[in-house]
Amino acid sequence: MTMPIAALFQAAAPGSQPHVIPWLVFTLIKLIVVFTVYMVGVALLTLAERKISAWIQDRHGPNRVGKGWLQPAADGVKNFVKEETYPAAANIPLFVLAPALAFIPALVTWAVIPFAAPWDSKWGRIEMVLAPLPVGFLFILAISSLGVYGIVLAGWSSNNKYALLGGLRSSAQMISYEIALGMSTIPVLLLAGNVTLSRIVNQQAFETWNVLNLTIAFFIFLIAAFAETNRLPFDLPEAESELIAGYHSEYSAMKFSLFFIAEYANMVTASALMATLFFGGWDIPFTLWDNVAPFTFLKTFLTLGCFATKVLFFVFLYMWIRWTLPRFRYDQLMSLGWKFLLPLALGYIVAIATTIVTLDALGFARGSVPFHLGLILLNLAAVVILFVLLDRGRVISPAYSRLSRVDVEKLREMSTPRRAAPFLPESGD
Amino acid sequence: MSIGVKVVERPIEQTSYVRATLTGMAHTLKHLFTPEKVTTQYPEQKESISKRWRGTHRMLTTEDGKAKCVACGLCPTVCPANCIKLVPGEDEKGNRYPLVFEIDEFRCIFCGYCQEVCPEEAIHVGRHYENSEYSREGFVYDLERLMAQTHPVCEMWDPADPKGE
Repeated sequence: MTMPIAALFQAAAPGSQPHVIPWLVFTLIKLIVVFTVYMVGVALLTLAERKISAWIQDRHGPNRVGKGWLQPAADGVKNFVKEETYPAAANIPLFVLAPALAFIPALVTWAVIPFAAPWDSKWGRIEMVLAPLPVGFLFILAISSLGVYGIVLAGWSSNNKYALLGGLRSSAQMISYEIALGMSTIPVLLLAGNVTLSRIVNQQAFETWNVLNLTIAFFIFLIAAFAETNRLPFDLPEAESELIAGYHSEYSAMKFSLFFIAEYANMVTASALMATLFFGGWDIPFTLWDNVAPFTFLKTFLTLGCFATKVLFFVFLYMWIRWTLPRFRYDQLMSLGWKFLLPLALGYIVAIATTIVTLDALGFARGSVPFHLGLILLNLAAVVILFVLLDRGRVISPAYSRLSRVDVEKLREMSTPRRAAPFLPESGD
Repeated sequence: MSIGVKVVERPIEQTSYVRATLTGMAHTLKHLFTPEKVTTQYPEQKESISKRWRGTHRMLTTEDGKAKCVACGLCPTVCPANCIKLVPGEDEKGNRYPLVFEIDEFRCIFCGYCQEVCPEEAIHVGRHYENSEYSREGFVYDLERLMAQTHPVCEMWDPADPKGE
């Protein structure tokens, strides 16, 4: 008995008529190519980070091993031959499992991101995405939540106070910002009316990029993605100056390297998501030529280049911000997530939903110019309110504000031990 | 708030995060594209060192290739670190010369007194800093080694010309 695979394809990617054997072959090829490019790219990003940090600080950066280009290879070889150390009191099975748990979700997320226009080969249409899941975006939300397990388990199983503190911080941080992250994408889904990533890309290609319609949502997504990937200014789980290396203090050799690769892989995935959800994915701007049939190989190639450019820009943004901003204080991190981003995201959903319903009721068709003009006007107003009016000590609380004198006194009382009651000798005997 | 932490209280309308972040990013981007770098590419480029730099020693020689040293014994006497070992000898014409002249560069504090006290201007501290060796024994320089050194020597401070002009 054979599985009715063809029927499943229909369900998974309606509109395409694949033949089973070419589909399998091309999926394998795509898997190998994407995985290879991804891993080599991540390795090169470690070099890019060091180079960018060096240039920002007026230094040269690595330029010895093959003019600097072979530095990632040298680092890889070094990490493979180094000694693997295990802390005496560590929980060994979890200690070994944790790097894999941090690494795999970052890779798996990549499976549903469409990275180029489909290609109409003579064996049928080939979607340039590893797994064209209809529930694409929900899959990403589900998988990206798993990343925190690796870090928390690493922190806990190391049996080290710094690692444990790093793990605790990361669990609090990632869970807090995940809510804002999910909320910020709901306006995108409202506009697209779909959770399939290829549909979201198409909707943006034929209408406008979401970043123009939904700048505030992009802003929230950007901040939450920085927090989710533990990059500065949200690298409290690592916090070199306070926690040595945080959750991976006890890791050595390739297990440490896996955490490092996971960080960069997460960065690339988050950048790809930003590009897909807000910057039109693989869409080439100002032209519809790439979004309509016939899908030639040239179109696939050019859109792939466009997508790579967008992703690399966001990766650069990550590094640029890392070497610009200092780390948040823990209370600032928490109040930014819960008191600012979450209400902002919720309010924005209400505002966008109201606007869409109003514009629909006024009879403007989706995708028409007045419809988007309305959204962009609303957006402009929101940006002005947020960045000009609210950004006066209310986005991030400075060290002194938001705490009245009374509150400061209260906190001081809590932190100083209460004075012991004076010893009174009992009278009477 | 712990003791000694100074909190600058700015008026609320001067504080910002988003705008301040963008200013900071503009600043770092400017540096990113600045071609001038501050790093010295060390083995290829070297920073110039002072004329009065006091590094490892060098024994100057006469024109016929012998050490200028007359084994007067002033340098082991003046040496505060006691790192110079000198055994004097005398040839058939009555000229004194060092039979053994060793400087332990690990004991040396590079004060330069030996150069200052030397009546023949034979022993000098050198303008040199690349001194690595594979063993501790390698840092005891004998006469042959001291004579074989070629690096420039230190110009001692002259009270008559304090700025070295």
